[in-house]
Amino acid sequence: MDLKQQSPLGKFIEHLKAGEFAYQYSAADGKAFFYPRVVAPTSGAALEWKISKGLGTVYSTTWIPVKDGQPYNVALIDMDEGFRLMSRVEDIGAKDVAIGMRVKFRAHPGDKPDDPPYPVFTAVEGA
Amino acid sequence: MMQNLLKRGSAAIVGVAESDLGLVAPHTSPIDLMAQGVMRALDDCGLKLSDVDALFAATSQARFSTMMLKEYLGLNPTWNDNTQIGGSSFEAHVAHAWAAIQLGQCEVAVITYGSTQRSVSRAAASPREYNYYEAPFRPFMPPTAYAMATARHMHQYGTTREQLAEVAVAARQWALMNPVAWEKEPLTIEQVLASRMVSHPLSVRDCCLVTDGGGAIVMTSGERAKTLKKKPVYPIGYGEGLSHNSIANMADLTVTGAAVSGPRAYAMAGLGPKDIDVVELYDAFTITPILFLEDLGFCPKGEGGRFVSGGRIAPGGELPVDTNGGGLSYCHPGMYGLFILIEAVRQLRGECGQRQVKDAETAIVHGNGGVLSSQITCILGGPSTV
Repeated sequence: MDLKQQSPLGKFIEHLKAGEFAYQYSAADGKAFFYPRVVAPTSGAALEWKISKGLGTVYSTTWIPVKDGQPYNVALIDMDEGFRLMSRVEDIGAKDVAIGMRVKFRAHPGDKPDDPPYPVFTAVEGA
Repeated sequence: MMQNLLKRGSAAIVGVAESDLGLVAPHTSPIDLMAQGVMRALDDCGLKLSDVDALFAATSQARFSTMMLKEYLGLNPTWNDNTQIGGSSFEAHVAHAWAAIQLGQCEVAVITYGSTQRSVSRAAASPREYNYYEAPFRPFMPPTAYAMATARHMHQYGTTREQLAEVAVAARQWALMNPVAWEKEPLTIEQVLASRMVSHPLSVRDCCLVTDGGGAIVMTSGERAKTLKKKPVYPIGYGEGLSHNSIANMADLTVTGAAVSGPRAYAMAGLGPKDIDVVELYDAFTITPILFLEDLGFCPKGEGGRFVSGGRIAPGGELPVDTNGGGLSYCHPGMYGLFILIEAVRQLRGECGQRQVKDAETAIVHGNGGVLSSQITCILGGPSTV
């Protein structure tokens, strides 16, 4: 990766802008990694980019109260491809997010016009 | 495999002191508190400022702590170490000072900390570095990280909020026997359960205090230690377990780096959990002593909640844990690890009055930094262990 041309996070954000959740995979290790890096941890092997199917499971979850408002959720999501990230589960109450819940990715456009997009999740219906 | 070249008895902790704690006067700086702690710790062992030839320091409010302290105290150290791994920095400093003293790079080392986070606010004292992978989700750090570890422990092992509350209540009972503790009133399990939620399932009474404070430790050679005022306390075991930086990268939220640092420290000391008289664990949140009791071998994995129940770690219980009242009830200026070293030394000297653990000769001191990120275990012993 030529860091004068593009950063690992820059590439991730570029995919998000196209509605894709990109992650890195090391063929030498046979493992997926997240967050994006210039090199695979431990082995130092080369990384290739892949697109996630977007499905995962809530590994842990919390809710944080807001004075005069609704609590919000923060969760750790284990993706089916074998990596974990921090995110939140939207469209349901913060207190209704549970460990083990199946969730699906969608791209959030960013909180302000110049902010980068980021991955969030919704509960998988009927899962 | 690492070879241990640290020699037992080559260095000792000879002086310990807290600075003023709680809420200090406006415009007090973290370096003021360090300097006050250093002078008190030197007085504790009978050494002078001019004897100091090595500085070890860390605080979230001064990146260049040792340079600031060198300037403030007018010292010309031959050795300095600004290692910053959060609240467990000082446990690391003990081992680094031990090595430097044994090698002859210095003879009298001070390890010091100061923070005015209650006065200036937690946000001002510990500004968060921007992290794209966390910032949009607004985790309330650090409690949110520990809350997610707690939720996971509850899910896997059936740990309850009542069991977590036992940790807070035990800490409060110890604090009531510590004249310099911040909290002065008794606390019940019901009060913990009814307190305001911070990041579910952790309530405000499951979280450490936000206070000002600081302190210092003086270390010197084993030879010189024998000539000083107080009974020397020796580092006899040390282990590091740095497992991650951000919570999303902690492999298993129910197993900390203490499961690595603990066995390393026990191996060096030639001791096991059953040989330890006093247990001083970094209690940033009520879940942390539970995790560390498991990972340091005092009970099986998953049993920590049941283990702390029924007052087992409270005064009069089977296992004395966090005898100063802990970060939960005594003081927590943000990087608490120095204070558990101070308490362990005082316990091994027999200076703890009402809260003294009888015939204490060995102590385990376990520091925690970041979001369960940096786990450092020190085992300390009295003269009979050297």
